[in-house]
Amino acid sequence: MPPVIVAEHLQKRYKSFVAVADASFAVEQGEIFGLLGSNGAGKTTSVECLQGLRHADGGVLRVLGLDPLTQARELRRRIGAQLQESALPDHVRVWEALDLFSSITPGGHDWREVMEQWGLTGKRKASFHSLSGGQRQRLFVALALVNSPELVFLDEMTTGLDPAARRVAWDLVRRMRDMGTTVVLVTHFMEEAERLCDRIAVMDAGRIVAEGPPQRLVADHARYVTVVFSTDAEDLAWLAEVPDVDRVMRHGARVEVRGGGAVLAHVAAALVAHGITPPDLRVEQPTLEDVFLALTGHAMEE
Amino acid sequence: MRVLLKLTWIEIKLLAREPVTLLFSFAFPVLVLVLLGGIFGDQHMKMGAYKSVKMMNWYVPSYIALVIASIGTISLPVHLSSYRERGVLRRFRASGVSEAALLGSQLLVSLGVALVGALTITILGGLAYGARLPASPAEVALAYVVGVFCFAAVGVLLASLAPTARAAQSGGLLLWFVMLFVSGTSAPLDLLPSWMVDIGKALPLYHSVLAVVDPWIGRGTNWTQLAIVAAVGAVATLVSLRVFRWE
Repeated sequence: MPPVIVAEHLQKRYKSFVAVADASFAVEQGEIFGLLGSNGAGKTTSVECLQGLRHADGGVLRVLGLDPLTQARELRRRIGAQLQESALPDHVRVWEALDLFSSITPGGHDWREVMEQWGLTGKRKASFHSLSGGQRQRLFVALALVNSPELVFLDEMTTGLDPAARRVAWDLVRRMRDMGTTVVLVTHFMEEAERLCDRIAVMDAGRIVAEGPPQRLVADHARYVTVVFSTDAEDLAWLAEVPDVDRVMRHGARVEVRGGGAVLAHVAAALVAHGITPPDLRVEQPTLEDVFLALTGHAMEE
Repeated sequence: MRVLLKLTWIEIKLLAREPVTLLFSFAFPVLVLVLLGGIFGDQHMKMGAYKSVKMMNWYVPSYIALVIASIGTISLPVHLSSYRERGVLRRFRASGVSEAALLGSQLLVSLGVALVGALTITILGGLAYGARLPASPAEVALAYVVGVFCFAAVGVLLASLAPTARAAQSGGLLLWFVMLFVSGTSAPLDLLPSWMVDIGKALPLYHSVLAVVDPWIGRGTNWTQLAIVAAVGAVATLVSLRVFRWE
């Protein structure tokens, strides 16, 4: 089966600012594909080009086999889009918006079902301006799904949602994927990318710097684990000499030892040999955050 | 077609929920009509092509044209450009709402709003000042439809050219006020110096006024003026389809 999205050497600049320098990636049918990066990395611009909302300056784009610029009308019937910056008229009601958007593509889901799934039934008669940030966000996702799209773009979908609503949203996205919809998820939220995405492209300064399943990215790019414990012992200089240890950091009683391979076993043995038996000795596995730091040289800005 | 009708119906409901947005388009012409009625009452035109026509029989139909113009040059561009500014158009476009549905709904809503305005002015003029009813309602209706088409197209053009909703509002108001004074909708045309009339002739309201007044007072359709109004509408449509911006 051909990929749902093919982007080859996508480029986009706004006057002198280069938003996307050179981005190539492919999205396969039925996966949740994450575009991860900080603000200004070029994620939103990339997906807007894919939706035909912006003209790419260079590169080849194919979405569902269509050219997003010349075949935008047909494309928009088959995709769903939850945009980062958009709005509805203040006084339009939730049900009216869903009814209107579902009429654009005949044969989609019954909008009442989508309204129920996204927890909006209780707000069906509420006007847009009276909705909270989280409710608006859910309405926009529901509007993106109301035409039963084959491919859906979710741009910072869980911004404004509280943790519980966020988990509900993740479940619904997984369910969407399980029903065959391909999902492109734009996010700067590490936990979301790590938990939800089948594959991730890490974007930085307009380029894709790594791509792959989250676990593999962690395995490939963050080889260090961190051993953490607390102790009152004054002198720990000998820890740096322990095999596999890369770096020792101390914050008061808390000690962090970064290292590769068998660092936990070596550190544990050395501690015992020095008469230190911290009850809270544990190891922290690297996360996507460490990958991001290793790849881009900077932490994700919130 | 379904999208067009649903969007039109939603827009009508939105107006009903926030009628204040139409206050200017409606209240101002009605207010000025009352003032003009107070000034000119039973007088008749004293000279020019409309000599001996009762003045309120001129003002009532010309104010129908004025309401149409205020919808097109003020309400519609402010509405559309604030949609654009707030990201509503962006949302519509990403979901595949076509330009035809979006602009068509604005045209239909304008037709409806202008009709309500026309009826208000007709009834008020008739009851308060004994202005006559249209001599030929069908021909007046034709001039009304062509007028709405023209000014709705001008409105879309203004919305596309204005960078912000505030700019659309200032630009639209300015254009509307100029037209108000040079189109026979304030002082009678024959009292205006010729350079003012020349400005009037360069703007659409002047022609739209004559196109509505003539069939109203029994002179039949003024095809020349109607053709000019239609031509302005056609040109504005063509240009605005080229320059229309979703964001």
